[in-house]
Amino acid sequence: MSIRFCGLELAHPIINGSGTFDAIAAFRVFGEGLRGAFPFAAYVSKTITLEPRAGNPPPRLWEAPAGLINSIGLPNKGLGDYLLEDLPLLADMSTDPSGAGDSQAVPLITNVMGSNAEEISRLLEACDERPEISAIELNVSCPNVHTGLDIGADPRQLEQVVRAVRGRTGKPLIVKLTPNTADVALCARAAQEGGADAVSLINTLRAMALAPNPLSRPPRPWLGGVTGGLSGPAVRAVALAQVAAVAARVAIPVIGMGGVQSAAHARELIDVGATLVAVGTASFLDPAAGARIAAALHAGTAP
Amino acid sequence: MSQAPFGRRLLRVTSTDELGAYRVLRVADPHGPKPRAGQFAMLAAAEHWGGGREQRPYLPRAFSIARHSGGEAHFLLEDVGPGTKRLCELEAGDRLWALGPLGRGFTAPPEDLRAILVGGGVGIAPLAILQDAIAAPVTVLLGFRDRAHAQGATLLDSARVATDDGSVGHRGLVTELLASEIERDPCAVVYACGPAGMLEGVRALCARTGTPAQLALEAGMACGFGACFGCAVPRRGGGYLRVCLDGPVFDAGELERIDEHAGLSEVGQPV
Ligand SMILES: Cc1cc2nc3c(=O)[nH]c(=O)nc-3n(C[C@H](O)[C@H](O)[C@H](O)COP(=O)(O)OP(=O)(O)OC[C@H]3O[C@@H](n4cnc5c(N)ncnc54)[C@H](O)[C@@H]3O)c2cc1C
Ligand SMILES: Cc1cc2nc3c(=O)[nH]c(=O)nc-3n(C[C@H](O)[C@H](O)[C@H](O)COP(=O)(O)O)c2cc1C
Ligand code: FES
Repeated sequence: MSIRFCGLELAHPIINGSGTFDAIAAFRVFGEGLRGAFPFAAYVSKTITLEPRAGNPPPRLWEAPAGLINSIGLPNKGLGDYLLEDLPLLADMSTDPSGAGDSQAVPLITNVMGSNAEEISRLLEACDERPEISAIELNVSCPNVHTGLDIGADPRQLEQVVRAVRGRTGKPLIVKLTPNTADVALCARAAQEGGADAVSLINTLRAMALAPNPLSRPPRPWLGGVTGGLSGPAVRAVALAQVAAVAARVAIPVIGMGGVQSAAHARELIDVGATLVAVGTASFLDPAAGARIAAALHAGTAP
Repeated sequence: MSQAPFGRRLLRVTSTDELGAYRVLRVADPHGPKPRAGQFAMLAAAEHWGGGREQRPYLPRAFSIARHSGGEAHFLLEDVGPGTKRLCELEAGDRLWALGPLGRGFTAPPEDLRAILVGGGVGIAPLAILQDAIAAPVTVLLGFRDRAHAQGATLLDSARVATDDGSVGHRGLVTELLASEIERDPCAVVYACGPAGMLEGVRALCARTGTPAQLALEAGMACGFGACFGCAVPRRGGGYLRVCLDGPVFDAGELERIDEHAGLSEVGQPV
């Protein structure tokens, strides 16, 4: 079932969505054995920024109909400490999809975000120097400080930024598109024209919830970050439409995600053109969801 | 901390009982590791989880392991919303998904200090397994809303009870009982779990009297194993802690003021 993606050799097509699986925390909770029996074929880090971020004030979670709205706010230790402290702990991960002992290395994909081409360039250059990192995913759901518009929401701006930073790394560059835009396929084209090696989608859909207490007047937002992003089964039909639209318009590989809970769901994204499929929120229900889906895909059984 | 097997496991309910306003759920978990007092599990019913009002529950829910013996885990449940309601409906023979034991539990008291266990409402659950684990006699102080909830006190041995309405025991706050206990004998270490208001009362009192305290916190959780960063509470000195990974039991000194999102949800709030 081994699969090639941007020059990487992966054990199977199932990876994690950025920010939905913390490998270092998982080794603490489930033991070091997980390092050699990792549930995903590649490990995507949470979004890393130049400076440390504490994240949004709580509450950060709201359970929506068949889904989750999160306003986590991209907490991370910043590029410097990520490279210094986390990278060594992420080495030597391998996966054994068939359980037969023929384990395969789990490459590391580092997800980064910056608010302009200069910041992104610095992130890419730093990652480029590190052999532990196999590919870089660029999260473009970041507001441009001047226009307020997400960098990834405007195709022209997106193409400019990707073109400006592309040369800073020789590693595969994946652009993680935002679904909060008028035409995601146009944005995918723009990323491709700018020099991206792959695109990934969907990120969470912008969403909001009001506090449940009817006594609070005026109504007040529940989430500490006011708005958040919707994920889980609730977004799967949207993801299928967006992945299909993008795959039809670009020549580079596509990583599809959004609401995948089973091998049948993964198969649908592959059927509309995805090369890899990421599992996000489903891991919260069961950390082994990715492994289960990969195994079922392999066996050709659904779900 | 006891490490959890990777992946959720399907367990069978062996029995359930009403305990006043609460429900006790016993689950056969022959292959699960023995939990430490203060650890928790993420639970979801195997059938009819989701599709209820507002299509919830979707995510699993966190519950303290209230007791563990003979390959059975016990949970104390209070129906406050769709997830707890569904779990309260389970009967012997029904199946549920469980992930755990999770989180950092309580640390045993030093030999020369008396342990005072302070619980509020359904927050008494982790104190029961803690009482089982401490060989020496402990002082148990529990606070409840009313008589029906106060029946939960029978989960622990020799508890002194306070109720908001005075229907059982001391009329008033359990922190008032704690204050007089500490005054009587300050050589104590406090273990507390309950609503945010109570925990903040305990934290402030212990800070004032220099009493060491371990507080078991709650927060809305999506995963329970450090993956989502959703369960954040403010860390003293800045930044946030993950309740599921760094807690749920914290040394009081690690924490800032405890606000409403770091305790049991205010039970009975209209949703
Ligand atoms: C470590 C830990 C241990 C716990 N131990 C126990 C225990 O032993 N026994 C026990 O009974 N409980 C325990 N709890 C609390 C229990 O997890 C919650 O009561 C449960 O998750 C509530 O789920 P629900 O669906 O019944 O209610 P919900 O509807 O989720 O409501 C609970 C509260 O969540 C908020 N809320 C309402 N709607 C939403 C929404 N859509 N999304 C997000 N939040 C919402 C409101 O504040 C509401 O009052 C523990 C929690 C933690 C973190
Ligand atoms: C709690 C949470 C945190 C997330 N954090 C990030 C992040 O740091 N960077 C990022 O690019 N995407 C992040 N995402 C988006 C996911 O990677 C994924 O694109 C999205 O959740 C859709 O997939 P799903 O429905 O399978 O979860 C996050 C999603 C969730 C639910
Ligand atoms: S509940 Fe997900 S990180 Fe704590």
